[in-house]
Amino acid sequence: MTFPLDQIFVVAKQWMRGYVPPIAWPVTSAILSVVPILIAFPLLFAITTLLERKGLGRIQNRYGPNRTGPWGLFQPIADGVKSLTKEDIVPLTADHAVHFLAPLLLVAAAFLAYAVLPIGRNMVLVDLNAGVLYFFAVGSVVELAVFMAGWSSRSKYSLLGAMRAIAQMISYEVPLVLATVVVIMQAGSLSTVSIVEKQEGYSGIWLHAHSGFIGIIPHWFVFTPWGFVGFVLFMIAATAESNRSPFDLPEGESEIIAGYYIEYSGFKFALFFLGEYLGMFATSGMAITLFLGGWNAPFSFFTWIPTYVWFFAKLLTLIGGFIWIRGTLPRLRMDQLMNLAWEFILPMAILNMLVAGVWHFMPGGPLRWLVCIVIIAIPCVLLSRRLKRKKKFEIRTYSFAN
Amino acid sequence: MTVAFFILALLTVAGTAAAMGLRNAVHCVLALTLGFAGVAAIYLQLDAQFVGLTQIMVYVGAVAILAVFAIMMTHSPGPAKPAAYSSYWILGGLVAAAVFAVLAWAIHSDSASLQPEVTVQQIGDALMHHFVLPLEIMGLLLTAALIGAVVIAMDRSEEPK
Repeated sequence: MTFPLDQIFVVAKQWMRGYVPPIAWPVTSAILSVVPILIAFPLLFAITTLLERKGLGRIQNRYGPNRTGPWGLFQPIADGVKSLTKEDIVPLTADHAVHFLAPLLLVAAAFLAYAVLPIGRNMVLVDLNAGVLYFFAVGSVVELAVFMAGWSSRSKYSLLGAMRAIAQMISYEVPLVLATVVVIMQAGSLSTVSIVEKQEGYSGIWLHAHSGFIGIIPHWFVFTPWGFVGFVLFMIAATAESNRSPFDLPEGESEIIAGYYIEYSGFKFALFFLGEYLGMFATSGMAITLFLGGWNAPFSFFTWIPTYVWFFAKLLTLIGGFIWIRGTLPRLRMDQLMNLAWEFILPMAILNMLVAGVWHFMPGGPLRWLVCIVIIAIPCVLLSRRLKRKKKFEIRTYSFAN
Repeated sequence: MTVAFFILALLTVAGTAAAMGLRNAVHCVLALTLGFAGVAAIYLQLDAQFVGLTQIMVYVGAVAILAVFAIMMTHSPGPAKPAAYSSYWILGGLVAAAVFAVLAWAIHSDSASLQPEVTVQQIGDALMHHFVLPLEIMGLLLTAALIGAVVIAMDRSEEPK
């Protein structure tokens, strides 16, 4: 079932393409697909900065920005003007070329990830048959940009921040990828579009013939034992990947001030900010695609609402969750961060692959649910008890900092 | 032979050439990464999505970071100034020419065969059915190397006591 409003952007693109000669079609349709992404997500970034400051303000029992425009709504514009007009300071000893390139590379890599995200029905830039792989390949470029920023600034704080960020990103990239493997196993495809299509459909009740079928439980992967565990692990790893609280050690204000971008000012600083949020949106979009049914509506009687509205509604919900967590949880210590990744999330992600296999080969029914939940729950309890154990600390000897 | 190929080839050659010529070791790694990315883009342009994306993931995402870490942990601060051209350049040139000749001969003699359309799914099927034993052996080898690396790293930290 398609509704006219749902395909309005697709139709509009076809209509606009009709005005150029057929030779220029590939270029035109590429531009017409890329430009909306380049507008929509930075706009979402502007909205999110306001939402975050307002939300954190509420959590910390204060108002947040409320002076610029009604209820502080124009705050993002003021922030943008401020960062554009600020002086661009480059440290004297900095490596100028690398220092200049790092923020550009970060933002470019963050934007590239959007190419495979299905934002609505028929609304994906390219449907690669290795779409998920592409997403993670592009994501791994971010680490290099972070290193370039930290190294080229010639500052201890920058370098420490970059080292922390890279160690954290590498540690959490492994569980991030392993958490998605279950979805790929079940969907049998690496294409984001076909993963979303696999999650179409509903379980529900048949009412009398008049009103027909009412679907209340969507066939999203999150509503299976392996999907739920995968989703939780993916979101934890995604929070760490985007350097957000409680995993914000790379930019811990009380320790290393701002981490790898401390020596950046003005618009370059804004670019880092933009890149970080774009990365967060892209990973959230991937979580939606993999686990939360992509652009599918949660109930069958809501399918008349356009699919892109559902995608952005889910995205804003996840962003809200990120803000809530940032306002609630304290920062982890470095050893806690690494232990969580290697001793809890990684074993659980590998175990989850086993669960996905069991789920696939067992006949459907309550027994399958029970077996899968038992396989997950017992190791989960044991591993988290291990994490809680008191650890003895000794005086550390530093090999490289002396 | 399209415009895109020439741009990518130029990027790859320029990147790898700069990796050999630059004085600062970190600059060399960054230039080499550009070369890796160029090769990956050429793979992608040839519709070899799996190889291309794995190239980015492994070389740009992992090998470059590893090289950079290695430089920072072993290198003295400040750029070193070794000679940009080794005295073995004739030997190196010969090896490079030999490799190029073998590759050119292999590609030229095989040009008649059509390029098959290989999807990621086919690669996965081949790895899981036909090549499952080599895959497992590779996995075992890598695990052994990993454990060895951990053991070597642990040894050092226990010495000071």
